[in-house]
Amino acid sequence: MPSLRDIRRRIRSVKSTAQITRAMQMVAAAKMRKAQQAALAGRPYAAAMNRMLAELLPTVTDFTHPLMENRPLRRRCVLLVSTDRGLCGALNSTLFREAMKYDPQQTVFVAAGRKAAQFLTRARRTLLAEFSYRDTPQFAEARAISRFLQEGFLNGDFDSVEVVFMNFISTLVQQPETFFLLPLREIRAVSADHHGEVIAGELLKGATEFLFEPGPERVLGALLPHYLNFRVFQVLLEAKASEHSARMVAMKNATENANQLVKDLTLQYNKLRQAGITKELLEIATAQMALS
Amino acid sequence: MASPLRLTIVTPEAQIFAGEVDMVTLPGVEGELGVYPLHTPLMTQIEPGELVIRRGTEETHMAVGEGFAEITGDHVTIITDMAIEADNIDEAMVEEARRRAEARLKEKLSDEDAALVQATLARTAAQLKVKRARKR
Repeated sequence: MPSLRDIRRRIRSVKSTAQITRAMQMVAAAKMRKAQQAALAGRPYAAAMNRMLAELLPTVTDFTHPLMENRPLRRRCVLLVSTDRGLCGALNSTLFREAMKYDPQQTVFVAAGRKAAQFLTRARRTLLAEFSYRDTPQFAEARAISRFLQEGFLNGDFDSVEVVFMNFISTLVQQPETFFLLPLREIRAVSADHHGEVIAGELLKGATEFLFEPGPERVLGALLPHYLNFRVFQVLLEAKASEHSARMVAMKNATENANQLVKDLTLQYNKLRQAGITKELLEIATAQMALS
Repeated sequence: MASPLRLTIVTPEAQIFAGEVDMVTLPGVEGELGVYPLHTPLMTQIEPGELVIRRGTEETHMAVGEGFAEITGDHVTIITDMAIEADNIDEAMVEEARRRAEARLKEKLSDEDAALVQATLARTAAQLKVKRARKR
């Protein structure tokens, strides 16, 4: 049986925990709105570019870009996009479960976000590089990651690049998603269906020959890297939106649980106090009866 | 009359324009490009400059940044890093941004930074050009 003082102490500590989680919830809610907006605003651009390439690439038959080269898969690279900090519910563990599915012998990893790097080191996977990105992801950060992956691919360090991240669906739902970033040939298969927008139906069917100005090498040479950079950027935005949403929900639950606990403890405390008083009264009464 | 063109302009921040137009003029890297309906399928890079949308007798002028334009028979899709309507350009602010970019260019910069600043410079120049042309 805990003493009155113990309960009082516990109530106090749970209350201060609730205060902290509530504050974190507020902060996450504010950041969430911004991050969600950014993620949603980027989607039309990503979708337009996706559609453009999906239409374009099948028509370009007499020209291949090094980034489109299909090699036998000996080493694959996985870009794992996680959060920097914890306290965001099951977000990271769900993500890491997805990452564990890759064969550690054949796979090298690139981490974005501190949690991913920590996890990969702990799981003894080959970690090629670690990148960080800020709360409001900058395009330059995405470009650094994308450029590293492109160089690695072109140098033959790995033969494919996959991206594993938490896709933002809604405030309550975030799902792990995987897609092939390189080689670019895969774009046709996974074309615009990513991000839940069904554009595939709109695609131009039939072999429309495109004119290029100035020349397919120049246009594709500029468009493909830009596409990859932006794709990574969009992934960062989605991951951030997921992170803040998950944290907001996790902290909301934590606050509610803490408040419930305070309520229960207070009840217990009052009962115990009442029992103490009753016992004392009883003792006094007994003592008096014994005297008289 | 031929069917109208469906024009879509998107930037990373938002979809700027989506609708039917009669004609659009783009700043292609190999010179200005006027696109009417039933244009040959074409894929081109665009550079910072002026974009004109014509609907009936109404003309909309926009300043656009670097990007790409995809033209199919009845669709024009433009992805660019900037698109601002002439009326929404704040000349003082743009001028200020340009001065800052020019100042930065004089410092020692890495290649990457220099390219970024150059891009900013080109964007501001395009905006100013569009704005000033409209004033006259």
